[in-house]
Amino acid sequence: MSVPAGYYLILAAALFSIGAVGVLIRRSVIVMFMCVELMLNSVNLTLVTFARINASLDGQVLAFFVIVVAAAEVTVGLALIVNLFRLRASTDADQVGALRA
Amino acid sequence: MTPVLAQATEGGAAELWTFIIVGAVALGSAFGLILMRNAVHAALMLVLNFLAIAVLYAVLQAQFLAVIQLIVYAGAIVVLFLFVLMLLGVSREDSLTARVPGQKTMASVLGVLLFVSLAAATAGPFLGDASVCGSEEALTGTGDGVPCLGLAAVNAAEGNLRGLGFLLFTDYVWAFEVTAVLLVIAAIGAIVLGRRQEDPSELVEPGSTVLPARRGSGSAATEPGAGPTDADEGAATETSEATPPEGEERT
Amino acid sequence: MTGLAEGAAVVAPAGSPAAWAWLMAVVPLVSAAVLLLVGRRLGRAAPWVAILSAGFSLTLAVWAAVWLAGREAAERTVVHTVATWLPAGELEVDWAVLVDPLAVAMSLLVTGVGLLIHVYSLGYMEHDSDIPRFFAYLNLFLGSMLVLVLGESLLTLFVGWELVGLCSYLLIGFWFDERPNASAAKKAFVINRVGDVGFMIAMFLLFGAIGSLSLVEVLPAAEGLAGGTLVAVGLLLLLGATGKSAQIPLFVWLPDAMAGPTPVSALIHAATMVTAGVYLIARMSPLYVQIPEIGLVVAAVGAATALVAALIAVAQNDIKRVLAYSTVSQLGYMFMAVGVGAYSAGIFHLLTHGFFKALLFLAAGSVMHAMADRGDIREMGGLLRDLPITGGTAAIGTLAIAGFPLTAGFFSKEEILAAVADTAGGEVILAIGLVVALLTAFYMARWFALVFLGPRRFEELDHPPHPHESPLSMTLPLVLLAVASLGGGVLNLDPETGVLAGWLAPSVVAFEQTAAIIGHGLLEAIAIVLALVGLAAGVLLFRAGPREVSASAAPAVRFAQDAFRVDELYRAAIITPGHWLAVGLTWFDERGIDGAVNGAGRATSGLATAGARLQTGFVRSYALAVLIGTVLLIAGLVGVWMAAGDGIVLTGGW
Repeated sequence: MSVPAGYYLILAAALFSIGAVGVLIRRSVIVMFMCVELMLNSVNLTLVTFARINASLDGQVLAFFVIVVAAAEVTVGLALIVNLFRLRASTDADQVGALRA
Repeated sequence: MTPVLAQATEGGAAELWTFIIVGAVALGSAFGLILMRNAVHAALMLVLNFLAIAVLYAVLQAQFLAVIQLIVYAGAIVVLFLFVLMLLGVSREDSLTARVPGQKTMASVLGVLLFVSLAAATAGPFLGDASVCGSEEALTGTGDGVPCLGLAAVNAAEGNLRGLGFLLFTDYVWAFEVTAVLLVIAAIGAIVLGRRQEDPSELVEPGSTVLPARRGSGSAATEPGAGPTDADEGAATETSEATPPEGEERT
Repeated sequence: MTGLAEGAAVVAPAGSPAAWAWLMAVVPLVSAAVLLLVGRRLGRAAPWVAILSAGFSLTLAVWAAVWLAGREAAERTVVHTVATWLPAGELEVDWAVLVDPLAVAMSLLVTGVGLLIHVYSLGYMEHDSDIPRFFAYLNLFLGSMLVLVLGESLLTLFVGWELVGLCSYLLIGFWFDERPNASAAKKAFVINRVGDVGFMIAMFLLFGAIGSLSLVEVLPAAEGLAGGTLVAVGLLLLLGATGKSAQIPLFVWLPDAMAGPTPVSALIHAATMVTAGVYLIARMSPLYVQIPEIGLVVAAVGAATALVAALIAVAQNDIKRVLAYSTVSQLGYMFMAVGVGAYSAGIFHLLTHGFFKALLFLAAGSVMHAMADRGDIREMGGLLRDLPITGGTAAIGTLAIAGFPLTAGFFSKEEILAAVADTAGGEVILAIGLVVALLTAFYMARWFALVFLGPRRFEELDHPPHPHESPLSMTLPLVLLAVASLGGGVLNLDPETGVLAGWLAPSVVAFEQTAAIIGHGLLEAIAIVLALVGLAAGVLLFRAGPREVSASAAPAVRFAQDAFRVDELYRAAIITPGHWLAVGLTWFDERGIDGAVNGAGRATSGLATAGARLQTGFVRSYALAVLIGTVLLIAGLVGVWMAAGDGIVLTGGW
């Protein structure tokens, strides 16, 4: 018995959902961010799987770009978090309530 | 490629067992990530997850990507996270209680729903026998499901790295260049966002040989950071992250 | 028959008075506008502006009368169109004047008595602070009444009808800063409106049946109307007339209208406006002559009103209220006349009543003027010595209204009774008419005795007034009217050959005798006896002052004093239920409609408040919302794919 490609996709879907739930559950902004990275990785996994299915390396190229952009995004995002911490002296997401009606 | 991985990529029982074990690790570490109270523990879980995914990439015949995953993600990004965590001194008691009532239950329910719909949407056609990559059913077009053709042939032609490189510099060269620019912008942005508001009197005048006196303990002032020195990674950001004296930023 | 009923209308020759007749109405209206706008600045000249325009109208009326008399009887119905007014599809109404004998007779009365009262008001309202406004309203009334009388279309007549109602409101409530005056004005206006509804519906019916409201076209067409239409129109016009002429059931406004200045009572509520109803019925004689049963209803209403009003008048103690109820009663006589078809007799009584009732009211005003505006006749007495002219003319007026032989009132009342006696089914009405004649003589004699004869009871008051005769401006009209009350009988000495009967022939349908209940000579004798007995009883019983009411009679007297509690009846039967209906509707409006509207507002606001709770400001809840949306999208997509039957297809095709 071997692994149909769909199994990888299911795993990726699971990781994505877990990441999404993590974003909603956690209060620390940094951990939220980590969950976002988890989601990005699950997407990468999906892309690579499809590259295999379609016998084309395009999916891997896309995953490559995702990694690059994710790195840039982490950079800027963490800078923002540091700034936020300077303002609020806290990394609690619930403290950032300026959008409150 | 090591014999194990080579075997795993051929399909068959090796791939199945690899998938099961590594997949379990990935899932487990993901759950750990979202459930661990200590932020540093969560970061470690993330590293574990990245490792597992790197292995999966290798199994999926994306060898280059597996290495890149290890170097960039596990090696740089998570380190960034850890640095910021240390810098900001996240307290241990990061409570999981939500200020919004019902957030956790709603999130859990939605997570399950999301998983189900995503899985149904993406994985649906690919669960049949033909979807086993590289199998005879796939190659001959018989069997249920969409055939998974496998990258064995492609990788055998030039090798994974060469193939990727070729694509990057021909079909995707435009995206490649733009991404390079994006990285530079991100670096600049991180520097701008990360600096303190300088007191003008503290600026060093050109030609002056006297450095302004440092405030605070001033340790680790110019440490470039422990990140990797890849040119296009966020190494420059380390300086800005480390410059603010500790005494000011820690609560 | 000649005249309107035959459709024999002639267009006015250019330059004739008929062509100028419209100025009769317009000039007073214009002068009223002038006085209202700049009257204050005119100061002492203001009343003279009004008097001059009244005089102008009278002159024009006299000229028109003379000119009309000089024409052949067949050519005495003259129409002059001033301007088009409503060319509205089928309905075409013009501002047009109908100059015919009836209109001219009415306009002579209106302008003549009107001018006299304008002059009287000079003296009476001398000390008032708002003289220009008063004269403006008087002129406005004059113009409106002339519009009513001269109107060639029912719609024009109705315009005048409404305008005199308005003037009545304005003049009754002239001293509006006192609450009872304003209430009386409102009462008059509202009750008039009730009658006006009948008038309007009658107009609608006539228009529907004939297609025009012009009298020149309506009156000849009256013969061809269906029986049902005739009856309906006849009754509805009667309703309108009862409102304006204060008959049952709409008479209750007239006694309260005495709150206005006395000249107003004299002009409007004795001589002119209240006669508009009688005029209307007389004008529509070609219609009423087709439905004699309805005519009997008209006469019955008149008779009943006359009786009720006379009984009430016997017990009244206010100098003007007695006269007010007397007016209602005499109007009842006029209705009796026009009801049985004796139109010229009715108009004759209208004219004579105009003379002696105006005289009596002006005399009452003179007395009140002398008594510092007191009105209770129980506190007067013996004024004949101090007010000889007033008293003398008042005596003549009393004799006239009682029907003393050879006075104007004698002849007019006789004719009415004779006509009733000659009508089939008029027995009861005749009997009532005779009883009312007796009562009229009695209460008027009482009135005169208590005011002018006997001990001078006013000297026992705290601040006794010092009566003196009124100025010439007030006594001159009294004398002129007294002369008219004495000599007015010559207008129609005989119902068939009298001047007035002949004069009115082109305008109204002649009376036809249908029965002979009692001989005219015997009737005359009975009437004279009743008048003399009533006068004697009144004078003898009351020349020593007001009498004590015996215990057995007290409830009846109280009932009469309270005017048979008709006002209370209306209040209980109509006003109170109406009030509760208004309360209920207000409640419904506030709770139901406002509630719905406010509720919509509150619901929206509540929804908004509830919705605003979504804006928690927590990034995480926003993220949750995003996730919810995403899940829905993906689930929706999956569902669509599954439903499409192809299964979930995510093929490549790179």
